[in-house]
Formats: sequence, structure tokens, C-alpha cells
Amino acid sequence: MAPPVNTVDQVRDLTDKKYQFGFVTEIESDTAPKGLNEDIVRFISAKKKEPEWLLAWRLKAYRHWLTMAEPKWSKVRHPAIDYQDAYYYSAPKSSGDGPKTLDEIDPELIRTYEKLGIPLREQERLAGVAVDAVFDSVSVATTFKAKLEEVGVIFCPISEAVEKCPDLVKKYLGSVVPYTDNKHATLNSAVFTDGSFVYIPPGVRCPMELSTYFRINAKKTGQFERTLIIADKGSYVSYLEGCTAPMRDENQLHAAVVELIALDDAEIKYSTVQNWYPGDENGKGGIFNFVTKRGACRGRNSKISWTQVETGSAITWKYPSCILQGDNSVGEFYSIAVTNNFQQADTGTKMIHLGRNTTSRIISKGISAGRGEQTYRGLVRMSAKAEGARNFTQCDSLLIGDKCGAHTVPYIESKNNSAIVEHEATTSTISEDQLFYLRQRGIRPEEAVALVVNGFCREVLQHLPMEFAVEAQKLVGISLEGSVG
Amino acid sequence: MTKTKTPMLEIKNLHVSVGGKEILKGLDLTVGTGEVHALMGPNGSGKSTLSNVIAGRDDYEITGGRIVYRGEDLTGMEPEVRAAKGIFLAFQYPVEIPGVANTTFLKEAVNAIRRYRGEPELDAMQFLKLMRQKTKDLGISEDMLKRAVNVGFSGGEKKRNEILQMAILNPSLAVLDETDSGLDIDALKIVAAGVNRLRAPDRSTLVITHYQRLLDYIVPDRVHVLAKGRIQRSGGKELALELEKKGYAEFGEAAA
Repeated sequence: MAPPVNTVDQVRDLTDKKYQFGFVTEIESDTAPKGLNEDIVRFISAKKKEPEWLLAWRLKAYRHWLTMAEPKWSKVRHPAIDYQDAYYYSAPKSSGDGPKTLDEIDPELIRTYEKLGIPLREQERLAGVAVDAVFDSVSVATTFKAKLEEVGVIFCPISEAVEKCPDLVKKYLGSVVPYTDNKHATLNSAVFTDGSFVYIPPGVRCPMELSTYFRINAKKTGQFERTLIIADKGSYVSYLEGCTAPMRDENQLHAAVVELIALDDAEIKYSTVQNWYPGDENGKGGIFNFVTKRGACRGRNSKISWTQVETGSAITWKYPSCILQGDNSVGEFYSIAVTNNFQQADTGTKMIHLGRNTTSRIISKGISAGRGEQTYRGLVRMSAKAEGARNFTQCDSLLIGDKCGAHTVPYIESKNNSAIVEHEATTSTISEDQLFYLRQRGIRPEEAVALVVNGFCREVLQHLPMEFAVEAQKLVGISLEGSVG
Repeated sequence: MTKTKTPMLEIKNLHVSVGGKEILKGLDLTVGTGEVHALMGPNGSGKSTLSNVIAGRDDYEITGGRIVYRGEDLTGMEPEVRAAKGIFLAFQYPVEIPGVANTTFLKEAVNAIRRYRGEPELDAMQFLKLMRQKTKDLGISEDMLKRAVNVGFSGGEKKRNEILQMAILNPSLAVLDETDSGLDIDALKIVAAGVNRLRAPDRSTLVITHYQRLLDYIVPDRVHVLAKGRIQRSGGKELALELEKKGYAEFGEAAA
């Protein structure tokens, strides 16, 4: 699918809007006391009416978390996080036991999602996309549930899945990202509040795009959602997530975990458009986006494809990865990351080749402007048994201005002689020659930059589902506003 | 002053420096509306400087004199505004824009200019129709439209692409900066056809060239010789033929 050619029009339409999702919804919330301790973990579990095994798992994670140090190997720098100065649970008060129909949802919430361009009423929805809307700590609406149930697809808040299909949750939760994985993922395991659960039964091609829209609204609240997607044998699903937050001058923590499991011949396509509040032009405020995303290609001929467009957040620390266990399995990572002003991003992927004839492909496009700092960090590991495995990596960096930075840190480990690993990297700038050429044809400097940047990102944008490709192109343009001249 | 009497381009006593070095040293040049002028001269005489400064490139400092386009002083005007007002520069070295299809770029340019002029933008269908017609007129393959702007283009293709852009943007004043250099005879004919198609009572063209060859196909109304930063001589098309025979020696600079 070629991205639409009218992007620049849209960027222009949005000029001067800057971060347009920075509003706050005035809504009564049900909030846990401030701070983090075992009682808070129990409080969350009780709120969710969870079974004993899940509370036990959360507590194990919490106790382990107390012993862990923050990962320090990335290039991002930030003040120490005061975990006691945040709220770990916040839910719109009206939600009660969870709304049964849209009519039970606080109209203020529906208006919030409408303002974000995410109408929750199904008849207003773009055909072919089902949405789970997560507001602060809880899922407030999931659309098209009935239609999906007809083909056996389960798409619901993870808290509901714990009730409805506990065996699946118990079997797979923490099976790709164990609760001991890293400090941020461990914290998530202890205090995760909601997120989406997807199960695609054998042989089913999910009839529509599934989408989760995350919104942080409450002040001083961390968001810890957990997503679990299981594609059973021979199934296919395409899943999208989007996220926004109000403009606040404090830093808010977002520590999510996403686990994907693809069985034999199954395929999962996971796309993200991340637009958390990036902080202001002086670097004040913004979301700390510390996310652990990992997919396991457990079955033969399975495939997991990550596509991400990361334009928001003060700090992004994120490495969507693939564990290629099944023979002939395929892992892909397509990424666009934009850092402007004082944003920092340390992002990339890990491709762990375990099975025979496994292949992986990494295309990373980093754009740095202002005083943005960006690092591509990636690991390609060919294990001893990965006979005939192949990887291709391409990392391109585009610098706009002379105060930003781009860094590429690839790690390559190969224990198998038959494995082939390729790595290509380029760094370029938007040249004066390009700008003058475009301007001589009547194109204004901001539009010229957007055009060059869209060209730079094209290879990745092509992998996004259509609705998201348009939004993503707009976002990239808006994120770079004020970076020329 | 009636409209028809205003020249398309009037350059008076123009002094231009690049990086502190004076390149144009009091250049005078007037191109009447509806005329095609050829500007010839040895390498390093300031031909490209003149074309860049007409188009409004930043790195060129005007230290004296002025450039008047259709009665309006261009000093300080942004390049994109000049383009919107009808000035087109065919580049000597067209620039590559990776990942951006030629059609996307051209549609952006056409609509940017239409917006500036308060004209309705062309939609995808109208634009496609325009492109098809212009590629056909110029004998350019449509395949070129789908490729990224100038990426992997041969020298001849790049120049043809400039002429295609010119045909689509339909400028009032076209400046061709050595568009003929390095072209084979077929490409040369396409360039010439592009210029000749633009010939109209309300348009003008300034053809900057090193060789007389192009002028066999584009017959100029006037020929000027630029050397040492000034116009040294002006005449009819026979001046080009004379230069072809004698070279630029009499102007104090040998052809490089």
C-alpha cells in the first residue's frame, strides 16, 4: 500500500496545533492511595476481583522488583524516578464493574475519545477496525465484540480475560516476558491495571483490524498496561495501538508490557503509533515511555512483524523483539522514531534466532531535530542451532540541524557458521541543495522538510495499515515543526 | 506605464558576492516580455551565480544593484514566492530526493503554487491528466513519474525531468542553467521542444549555455556574452555563431 500523497496538505492543516492532544478530561476518578507497597498491589488485584494465582504472581513480581536496579546501559538520561510519588490506579468513577454497553459510559469519556478522533460508537467507526479504549487504568469500551465472537476471536480487556478464559491467560501471561525480565517489566507485572487480550482460534483470519487506544488522563498517574496476543495455529491478526496524554509539566511513567505468541503457521502484525506527550520545547514534562515488547514465534512457519512510529514521549526506551523458536519462522521490525527539542529515544529490536532457517529483517529510520538524541540499539543473535538463519538490518539516521544526535549500536552474535547477517547503516542530513530545489518549485520550507522526511520514512510507512499510515505521516510532520530555519 | 512595456526581467548594475568574493560586478541585462535570450560565457564568468541569484538562493549576497521582475524588485523575496510568481530555474545539477515519487513532488509543487495564487488545487485526477498530457507532448516516458525524484536518473533523464517540471509549472520566466551540457542530440531536442512550447507573447526564457549547439534548436531573440562578471557584448543570434568560431578570448578569458 502506498502512503497517500496528500500528507503535506494534512501537515499544513495542522500547523500551529503542536501537541493537539494535550487537553485534560474533567472526570471523577476512583484512585488508589499514592505510593507503592504490597497493599497497593493487593488493592489493584482486589479492584479487578482477580483469582488468587494472579495476586500471588503480582506479589512475586513486586518482591523481586524491590531487589532490582534500573537498567543503566541505554543512552537516555533522566532524574531518578520517585516511585512513591505516583498513583498506581486511577479509574473513571462511573465505570463501576465495567460498562456493559456504550450507554453506560460517562458521556464525557465518549467525548474525550471523539476529540482524539476515536469514535467509540460502532456506527460511527471506520468500517473494519475494532477498538479497545483504555483510559488511565481501565478499559472503558471495546467495540465490535459480538461480531468478533462469531468467528471465535476473543478481544477484550485483559482483566475480563482473566475471568472469561483464565486457562489461556495463566498459560501465556509472563511466558514471553517473565516477571523477572527487567525493572520496568517487573513493575508492570506487579501493578498492571488493564490492557488488551486477543486470542485468535486455529485457522481464523481475524476479519478486522484490532486496535487499542491508550489515554493517560489523571495527574501523577503511571500507566501500566499489559497486552497479550495469542495467534493459534494457522491464524492471522493485525493489531494497532495508539496513545496520547495531556500536557503536564511533570514526567509521567508509562511502563507497558506486550507479549505476542504465534503458533504454527500463525502471523501477528503489531503496529504502534506512539504519541505520548513529549514535553515542551524546553524539555519540561513529558512521558517516560519504558516499554517491554516481545513476541515468540513458537510454531513452525510463524511470523511476527513489529511496525512502530515513535513520535511522542520525553524518553522512549523500547525494543520490540522476536524470539524465533519455530523452524522457518520470520521476525520483522520496521521503525520510525522522531526526536525533536529535548526528546530522547533509545530504541531498536532483538532478533533471537533459535530455529532453523529463521529469517529476520530490521528497517530502522531515526529522525533527530532540535536537541533530540536518538540511539538505535539492536541485537541479532544466531544460536548454534539456527542452521541457515538469515538477518538483514538497515539503520538510517536523518539529522535536521546541528544540535541533535544519532547513534547506532548494533550487537551481532553468531554461533552458527551457516547463518548470514547483514548490516547497513547510513547517516544523512536534509541538505541545503534539497531545500533550495524544493523551494524553487514553490514548496515552503516546512513542507519541503515534510516531503523529504516522508520520503526517508516511506519504506516503513508502507508497512502500516492504511488508517494509521495517514495518521503517522501527519504526526511525523507535526513532531518536526519548528525544526527548520 | 502600460503592462506590455514592462520588461519581464530587468537587472541593473548587479553586484553579487559569494563567500566574500565578488562574482558579478555591475551586470546589466534586460529581457523583454515574449523574448528568448541566450546568455553565453566562459566557465567561471558568473553564469550560474546569476541564475541562482534570480531564483533567490541564500548563499549569494547582493552588494549592489537590483533585479526587477515584471516591475517588482526581487530583493529579499523567498525562493518559493518567486516560484509562485512564475520564476522557474532548470538546475544545472538537479537534486535527488530519495523516497519521494516524481508525481508526489510535482503535485506538491503545482498545488503549492496554485494555493499561493488563490487558485483551486488540482485533485488527483486532474493532476494525472495534466501529467499525462505533458509527458506525451515532450515524448517523456511515464515510467519516470513513478520513480523517486532524480534518484538513479542518468544525466539526460535528470535534464528531461527539469523540462517536464517546467512544462507542468508553466512559468512566466524560465531560466535554464546549462541544461544542454552533457546531453545527446535526442535529449537536446526534448529540451529545445520544451522551451519552444513555452514561447508566447507573455513569457520569456533565459537560456544559459556554454555552447552554440542548443541555439540551433532554440533560436534566441538576443545573445549576451558574460565575462568577468559583466555583460561584455550583446547582439542577435549571429553573435552565438561568431563565439563558436572565435571562442571567448577577446573578452579576456579563455574557455576552460
